[in-house]
Amino acid sequence: MRIKSVKTLESTAKKARGQRSRINTEVLVCAGTGCLANGSLAVAESLRRTIRRRKLDAKLKLKLKTTGCHGFCEQGPLVVIQPKGVFYKGVKPQDTKEIVDRTLVKGEVIERLLYRDPNTKKRVRTYAEIPFYSKQLRIALRNIGKIDPGSIDDYIAAGGYAGLAKALTEMTPGKVIDAVTKSGLRGRGGGGFVTGRKWKTCRNADAETRYVLCNADEGDPGAFMDRSICEGDPHAVIEGMVIGAWAVGASQGYIYVREEYPLAVKHLRLAIEQARERGFLGDDILGSGFSYDVGIARGGGAFVCGESSALMKSVAGEVGEPRAKYIHSVIRGLHDKPTVLNNVETWANVPWIITKGADKFAALGTKRSTGTKAFSLVGKVKNTGLVEVPMGITLREIIFDIGGGIIGDRPFKGVQTGGPSGGCLPEAQLDLPVDFDSLTAAGSMMGSGGMIVMDDRTCMVDVARYFLRFLVDESCGKCVPCREGVHQLHQILEAICAGEGEPGDLEKVESLSETIVKASLCALGKSAPNPVLSTLRYFRQEYQEHINDRKCSAGVCRNLFTFRISEEKCNGCGACVRACPVDCITGELKSLHSIDAGKCTRCGACRNVCRFDAIEVV
Amino acid sequence: MTAEKTVNLQINGRFLQAREGMTILEVARREGIPILSLCHHDALEPVGACRLCLVEITHPDWKGWKGLVTACLYPVEEGLCVTTDNEDVRNTRRTVLDLLLARCPQSAVIQELAAEHGVTATSYRKSEVETTCILCGLCVRVCAVKGCSAIGTAGRGIRKAISIPFKQPPPDCIGCASCAHICPTGTIKYRDEGDIRKIWGHSFKMVKCESCGRPIMPEKQLEFEANKSGLHPDYFKVCPACAQQQTVQTIRSSFDMRTVQSGDSAQLAG
Repeated sequence: MRIKSVKTLESTAKKARGQRSRINTEVLVCAGTGCLANGSLAVAESLRRTIRRRKLDAKLKLKLKTTGCHGFCEQGPLVVIQPKGVFYKGVKPQDTKEIVDRTLVKGEVIERLLYRDPNTKKRVRTYAEIPFYSKQLRIALRNIGKIDPGSIDDYIAAGGYAGLAKALTEMTPGKVIDAVTKSGLRGRGGGGFVTGRKWKTCRNADAETRYVLCNADEGDPGAFMDRSICEGDPHAVIEGMVIGAWAVGASQGYIYVREEYPLAVKHLRLAIEQARERGFLGDDILGSGFSYDVGIARGGGAFVCGESSALMKSVAGEVGEPRAKYIHSVIRGLHDKPTVLNNVETWANVPWIITKGADKFAALGTKRSTGTKAFSLVGKVKNTGLVEVPMGITLREIIFDIGGGIIGDRPFKGVQTGGPSGGCLPEAQLDLPVDFDSLTAAGSMMGSGGMIVMDDRTCMVDVARYFLRFLVDESCGKCVPCREGVHQLHQILEAICAGEGEPGDLEKVESLSETIVKASLCALGKSAPNPVLSTLRYFRQEYQEHINDRKCSAGVCRNLFTFRISEEKCNGCGACVRACPVDCITGELKSLHSIDAGKCTRCGACRNVCRFDAIEVV
Repeated sequence: MTAEKTVNLQINGRFLQAREGMTILEVARREGIPILSLCHHDALEPVGACRLCLVEITHPDWKGWKGLVTACLYPVEEGLCVTTDNEDVRNTRRTVLDLLLARCPQSAVIQELAAEHGVTATSYRKSEVETTCILCGLCVRVCAVKGCSAIGTAGRGIRKAISIPFKQPPPDCIGCASCAHICPTGTIKYRDEGDIRKIWGHSFKMVKCESCGRPIMPEKQLEFEANKSGLHPDYFKVCPACAQQQTVQTIRSSFDMRTVQSGDSAQLAG
C-alpha cells in the first residue's frame, strides 16, 4: 500500500512495531554470503520446519527471520536468539532440534554451540559479551543482522524512512546539505571527500537534470562492507539516496552494483520494488510533490569501474574507462549532467544523520574524520569479519581487541589498509589512529575499508608483487604510465621474488613510481605504486635481502630459501611427513625428521601443520 | 549565441589571450609552441591517453601548487601559467617514451621520438609480443566518428588490444582506411591491388573514376557516403582530381574566357 503522507508512515511504523512487540523471541539466522556458503539456509529451513510442526510460533510468540551479515563470518552459520542475545556459531541443521528443545522451549543455553574466546578459551553466552562485538559501534551497519532485508516493514519498524520523512517535511534541501556538512561526513568509498560540499556543488551547478548515484562496485580484494550493507539493509541505501536526491534536486539515480554480488542485486531489486510500492520512490514521495526513482546498473566486475568517471561511462553503456576530471563529475557527470556519486556506506550513514542529528554524528570519531567506519578485517587475524568502529580508534584496538590478535599468536608484521591502492603499515604504526588523514600521512589510505592483517610468515615483497599483479590486471589500459608502467613495476618485482633482482632495481622502482603517480590519468594509476612504495618505506631491508642476499626470510619466495627441521624443536610427531605432497620428509616416529631439499618444492605445507614451530627457513 | 569570454594566460612566460574553453594544446599550437602528442587529432575528441602532452601548470592563486596535466584536455583559465618544457616535464615525457619503447621496440616512430629525448635503448623489459601499436585509440575513435564503429578495443590493461569483433572481418567496415591513415605508428595496414582494397581481412571492390578510371573508394564506402550525406551516388563516382578539373571547366565555360588567364585557373578551382 502506498504511503501518501508522513502521518501514514508514522502509523505504519507504529503498527509494525506493535506487531513486533507481540513477539517474545526472535530467532535470527544469518543469511549473509559467508553464512549462506556455510549452509545457513538449510539451518533456517530446518528451524522453520521444526517450529511450524510444533506450532511454537504461536505458543511461544516466536518469529524466525533470516537476516543480513552479522559480520562474524568465519564462525558461521550464526544463529542469534533475541532478546536474550544468545549467540550460536557453526550451527548445523542437525543442531536445530536441540536448539528448539533446549533453548527456545526450556530457555537453556547449549554450551557447545557458544563462541569460545580464542584468548581466554572461555565460552561466551551472548552477543554483547563477545569482544568482537563489544568494541564496535554500528551506524552504517545498524540494522544488519537484526532485520529481514526482504521486509520493508521490518525496516520501517526499526525507524526506517523516518529520516526521509523528516528531510521532506521539516527540512529544505539547503538544510539537509547543511546538516550533512555539519556532520562532517566524508566519502566512505576511498576519496574521503566532504559529502556535504559535494552535494552543495552539485546543487549549485547550472542544469535542469541532475543525477544521484550509488557506487556499489566494491572491488578491493578482501573487502565486503558494501556488499553486506546491500544484502543486509538495502533500504538504508535507498533512503539515503532519496534524501540526497531531495538535497541536490535530482529526479533519477542508479545503483551501480557488480554482477558478482548476486544476492546484493536481488535484495536491492526487491527493496526498490517495495519502496516504489510504498511510495518512497517514484512520483510524489510521501505526498511531498518530490519525485525520484532509482534503477540498478550491473557492472561486469572491473575494479576500475569503481572510479567515478569510469563508473558513469559504464552506467551510460560505454566502455568503463576513466576520463580526465579537470571538470569534476559533480559539474559534468553521468550523461554530462551534474552528478553526485557516493558509495554504499556513505549513503547508509545519511538517514542516521538526518534522524539523530548532525551533532551526534560529529561527536563521534575525530575532528576531521567524524562518525564510524566499517572495515572488513581479514588475513592472519583470529576473528575475521565485518566490523564498524568509531574513527580514531587505533589499529591495535581493531586487530588485537576486536580481531583477537594474530592466528597462532605469531608476531604481527603488517596490515594493508585501503585495498590494492593502499599501503602496508608496520608494527611501529599500530598505535596510529584510524582516520582519513593519519592513514594518508603514514603512506597508506582509508580506502573503502579493507584491512588485511599479516604475520611474520608474510613476505612484504611478495605482498607488493601480489597487489601490483592485481592492478596490472585491473588497469583499464587507456593511459601509458598505468598500463605500461605498472606492468613494468610488476615485472621488476617478479624478478626480485624469483631471485633475479639486481642492484639499482629499487631506485628504478622508485623513479618509475614517481612518474606513474604524476602522469597517470586516474586515481587507479596515481595510487597504483602505493603498495610497493609503502612496503619500501617500512620494509626496505626485506627488499635488499631479496636482491643482495638472495634470501626471503619469511619463507614465501620459493627460489630464495630452503626449509630445515630444527633439531631442538622437532619431536618426531610425523605431522609434516603426512602433510608433504612430494614425500620429501623422512624420519622415524618420535625421532628427528629431515627434509630432502632437492625434492622439496617449498610449498610450506609442513610448516603450516607443525605445532612446534620446528620447520625453519634458511 | 552567448558572447565568448577571453582569458589571459601565460605559456612559457609569454602572455597570451585565448577563448575560454580552448585547451592548452589548442592555444599552444595556435602560437606555434611545440607540444608533443601521439593520441591527438584535431578532428577527434581528445582523450589524454599517450600522456606525452603533459605540461606543468600553476596559478598565482594556487599558493605555489603546481602539477602536471594533459595539454590536450585541460581548458585554459584566467591567470593560468603553463610550462611546456622544464626538467620535470622532460623527465616524465622521457619515462613515458621509455615505456612506449619497451612496448614497441620495433616502431621507427617511437625509436625516433625516444632518441630525440635521449632514450636510445629502453630501461625496461621489452614486450614479448611484437607490436608497434601504442594503443592511442585514434583508429577506434575515427571509425566511430565516421559512423561505422567497426573496430574497437578488447581486453584491458597490458592485454588490451585494438580488435575486430570475434577476430573476423568486421561487418561494419566500409574499407575507408581512415584507421590506417590516422595511425601514428603505421601499425594498421591496407593494400590497394588494382581495383581491390584489402583491409581488416576484407577484400573490397573499388569504384573506378568515371573520368580517369583510377580506383576511388570501395563500393561499400560509396554507398555509405551517399546514404550518410544524402547526395546522389553519382556524385562520388568521379575522383577528386577529375571532379576539380570538371568544376574548372564548368566555370570556364560560363565565364568570358578573355578575362581569365590560364595561370589563374588553378587558384579559381581551389
